[in-house]
Amino acid sequence: MIPVCRFEDLPEGESVRVGTTPPIAVFRTEDGELYAIDDTCTHQDASLSEGWLEGCLVECPLHAASFDLRTGQPTCLPARRPVRTHRVSVDDGTIHVHVAAEEGTAA
Amino acid sequence: MRTVTVVGASLSGLYAARELRSQGFDGRLVIVGDEPHRPYDRPPLSKDFLTGRASEDHLALTDDEETTGLDAEWLLGKRARGLDARGRTVLLDDGRTVSTDGVVIATGASARRLPGSSLTGVHTLRTLDDARALRDELGGGPRQVVVIGGGFIGAETASSCAALGHTVTVVEAAPLPLVPHLGAEMAAVCAALHRRGEVDLVTGTGVAGLRGTAAVTGVALSDGRVLPADTVIVGIGATPNTAWLAGSTLALHDGVLCDDGCVTALPQVVAVGDVARVGGTRAEHWTSATEQPRVAVANLLAGRTLQTVGSLPYFWSDQYGARIQFAGRRQDGDTVRIAEGELADGAPAEGGFLALYERDGRTTAVLSVDRPRPFMRARRELVRGGSRPQPAAL
Ligand SMILES: Cc1cc2nc3c(=O)[nH]c(=O)nc-3n(C[C@H](O)[C@H](O)[C@H](O)COP(=O)(O)OP(=O)(O)OC[C@H]3O[C@@H](n4cnc5c(N)ncnc54)[C@H](O)[C@@H]3O)c2cc1C
Ligand code: FES
Repeated sequence: MIPVCRFEDLPEGESVRVGTTPPIAVFRTEDGELYAIDDTCTHQDASLSEGWLEGCLVECPLHAASFDLRTGQPTCLPARRPVRTHRVSVDDGTIHVHVAAEEGTAA
Repeated sequence: MRTVTVVGASLSGLYAARELRSQGFDGRLVIVGDEPHRPYDRPPLSKDFLTGRASEDHLALTDDEETTGLDAEWLLGKRARGLDARGRTVLLDDGRTVSTDGVVIATGASARRLPGSSLTGVHTLRTLDDARALRDELGGGPRQVVVIGGGFIGAETASSCAALGHTVTVVEAAPLPLVPHLGAEMAAVCAALHRRGEVDLVTGTGVAGLRGTAAVTGVALSDGRVLPADTVIVGIGATPNTAWLAGSTLALHDGVLCDDGCVTALPQVVAVGDVARVGGTRAEHWTSATEQPRVAVANLLAGRTLQTVGSLPYFWSDQYGARIQFAGRRQDGDTVRIAEGELADGAPAEGGFLALYERDGRTTAVLSVDRPRPFMRARRELVRGGSRPQPAAL
């Protein structure tokens, strides 16, 4: 379980990058939901925490592949492989990421 | 349409094949490509592939599952050498012909060469085979590298060579590289990135010739200097692959001329990607090659131009650890304003910057170095602002 930041420090519609190996991106959607996925796009080398968040989808800032935050699945090209998803919790006002095991949906 | 033939089995050709199937074409699909390889991605060739960070697996644009789903006849290692006057027969170099109802021209572009490029140690960088040869050579110990041409591919290659520990000089004939893309002011800023890699940039002097008998030993400059070199990379641009269309009825002028819906003079022949001059402009950008096929295929299947390519030009470049992104249509005379971040000594500062090109109070283009998020926002605003109807004559 990795602490990310205080809940109030991540406003709706924003994201934060956690410097784990590999790095993880945590999003708080406009609806207030929290999601965490691997930060590096499965297409090439771009940070999804810098992407464009719309609903539960994040668009990669380099070539516009889009990923569903709930499942990690790409919804359009050029990405063809999913990113891993991770469970997020808020404990005593702090956001935590529970890093998924390496297998699972790892690309 | 019963048969559609895609000529060129790379980025735009693959995207066209995908579009044909997803837009409901269930006839015979033939894909002709003169490279022996399945479609692969070129941008990493000058970047992570050259430095060894990405392997050949990373370059693949498709996999077995998708290939099976496309249900196409792949004629790889076969070059098309002609298209008949009606655009109904594609002639292959082995003498075979493919009769077809529709054609997608996706033959891309080839690296321009210099006289004397047959010396060993002289390279171009366009294909996987080019990149393999260069990578092998660079893996054999420190070399004196001269990159001819300071455009994006030249700069990226120089950056990768420097990262591998080689001594690198870039020679650019113009007073500044990248001016046609970025305008003088920002071209100077981006060219200053070479300093990060301790790469020498020699500008304003052309190349008189290559020196050496079997292997290259140097690059003679037009001002009389000779730069010693054991590896030379010629990065002086690309020419569209239209020679095979010489006997067709299509209009060719630095590309295959098409309307702004990618349709040529023949309604059942469309062109996409680097080879296509769409509505007067020929882009050599990855994103254009992936966006045009949707429109081209819709028009091909409809038999006339129903849709036009309206998207904003976009490209990126990675060099010296910096990511450059540009979107829009700038013109000479646009003013440039740094909207975020700053410059340090004429180069992008640590943390990058966002610059807006403006004309008559309107933003025409946006450039960023290492500011992907603000860039995305600005690019979206540009798309919205520019989405007013385009005159049909464009
Ligand atoms: C090293 C490098 C780095 C790049 N980096 C970037 C970047 O960072 N950002 C960016 O936006 N763009 C970049 N690009 C540009 C981008 O890769 C091109 O825009 C894109 O490849 C165009 O795709 P295409 O399918 O139209 O043409 P191509 O990729 O050129 O493919 C055309 C294919 O057709 C084949 N062919 C040609 N003639 C025939 C024939 N007669 N018969 C059969 N087959 C034929 C060719 O062999 C080739 O396989 C880069 C290009 C290179 C080479
Ligand atoms: S790196 Fe994300 S879409 Fe290419």
